[in-house]
Amino acid sequence: MTELAIRLRGVVKRYGEITAVDGLDLDVPEGTCVGLLGPNGAGKSTTMRLLTAQALPDEGELELLGFKLPDESKQARAQLGVTPQLDNLDVTLTVEQNLLVFSHLYRIPRAERRDAIQRALELAKLVDRRGARVDELSGGMRRRLLIARALVHRPRLVLLDEPTVGLDPQVRQELWALIDALRSEGTTILMSTHYIEEAQRLADTVMIMSHGKAVAAGPPSQLVSEHAGSEVLEVYGPPARLAEVETEAGARGLRTRRTGTSVSILGIENGDGIGIDGERRSANLEDVFVLLTGEEIG
Amino acid sequence: MATATSRERRLGRLERSAITGVLVREIVNYSSYWRAATFSSTVEPTIYLLAFGFGFGSLVSTVSGYDYINFIGTGIVATAVLFSSAFPAMFGTFVKYQFQRTYDAILAAPVDTEELVTAEAVWIATRAGVYGNVPLLVAMLFGLEPAWGMLAVPFICWISGFGWACFGISVAGFAKSIDNFSYIVSAVLTPLFLVAGTFFPIEGLPGWAQFLANLNPLHHCVELVRHAAFGWEGWSDVASVAFLALFGLLMWRLAITAMTRKLIN
Repeated sequence: MTELAIRLRGVVKRYGEITAVDGLDLDVPEGTCVGLLGPNGAGKSTTMRLLTAQALPDEGELELLGFKLPDESKQARAQLGVTPQLDNLDVTLTVEQNLLVFSHLYRIPRAERRDAIQRALELAKLVDRRGARVDELSGGMRRRLLIARALVHRPRLVLLDEPTVGLDPQVRQELWALIDALRSEGTTILMSTHYIEEAQRLADTVMIMSHGKAVAAGPPSQLVSEHAGSEVLEVYGPPARLAEVETEAGARGLRTRRTGTSVSILGIENGDGIGIDGERRSANLEDVFVLLTGEEIG
Repeated sequence: MATATSRERRLGRLERSAITGVLVREIVNYSSYWRAATFSSTVEPTIYLLAFGFGFGSLVSTVSGYDYINFIGTGIVATAVLFSSAFPAMFGTFVKYQFQRTYDAILAAPVDTEELVTAEAVWIATRAGVYGNVPLLVAMLFGLEPAWGMLAVPFICWISGFGWACFGISVAGFAKSIDNFSYIVSAVLTPLFLVAGTFFPIEGLPGWAQFLANLNPLHHCVELVRHAAFGWEGWSDVASVAFLALFGLLMWRLAITAMTRKLIN
């Protein structure tokens, strides 16, 4: 039987009138990477805060690495690494000093501290910048350090809250490589993101969140084929034309979704000769997301 | 179950390793800003000392039986403690919480709010325990006689500084914005700072003001330092230490409550 690194049942978290998390169930089996996908305000960050017991649930059960939250949160946090969405490195300290501080906060025995810091530096590819002050680093380097800081104690479980938000595509790919390396070492990862591609590439299982609820969960490819079919026809044109296309497609029993400047007709692999001009492409998670939630993402 | 082994040792409250972790962070950070902190914590009280010592000192030669420079040199220790504890605690806590989000990172590690607040207060108190001695050293240059009792001054400063650090953390915990600090500085700290017996003896004040001054932790710090320098006064000093300990204890719990409300929601 696979152990669950994270187990949430019926978790509710309200802030005044707002229900940030609304009856959430979530399973993260050990050794897997689960992606929480959703737009801003879907409840991803609140879920992350619940998992570090910085937010307390109003209802429901939370278990992390076998520990019940929030009562046994401290034990759980000893084996947990967290990368926050907002950079909170100590900017006047060097790269190495930042890691040193966290080697103490994570209670690494004195004899192992040096090796742990060295390993984190290598993982983040910052060995030659170890003496640089954080405010001298580039955005990508800072983010790599932020991740490495969460790994200094070799946690069993890592929470990555929007690990690549606000970064250049190129830098994002560097980080994906880092996260992928972590995954292949067998570390369990829960990652929140509003980048479709990120979830699709890195996650074994994706959970789509909207308004504090899980609207679908499964391996990315399965979610796509289940909900959006395999092929999509994307039709561009002026608004009047797009409205016509929607009606036409609807008449044939095909589902559509708007994407700003175009209409996507879903599941066209079965509809031969639909007689509309457009670009064929593969269905993706974004199609699933928009279909299920009616919201745009990213 | 794989988790059975990790469950064996339940982590308790106020663990030493958690407090050490937060202290290490402060100490490492201190290496990057100690010059500025030392400057403001020592130069300000020294300026007060010189200004009042020479300014008033030319008008009055003795106060309550002490040379004025000795009166003020011992009294201003409490000012140095206040400046190096309450103020850094208020601003530092708010900045670390609101702008740097440092506490989010620390609380994601195996550290609880209670440990975080305790460690921060211990650190600030320790700084106050060191910086508090500066006015005494400066006063010695102007003729204050060294005395064995003065060896207790770092301890007096530490215990006062702990209370004021926790006071500052509480203020930061309850404040909605950093602008609210003005109310505390104007309405609380300034009066307490003036009516502490630092610059003039409180014996000359009306009865009600004397009564209030006796509830001022700064006044007890002033009294203890003076007695350390010029001779202990038995039970009255014990009572002052007890008062400062109680002040520290109450503020410590208040700071934990304030920060828990702020950080865990």
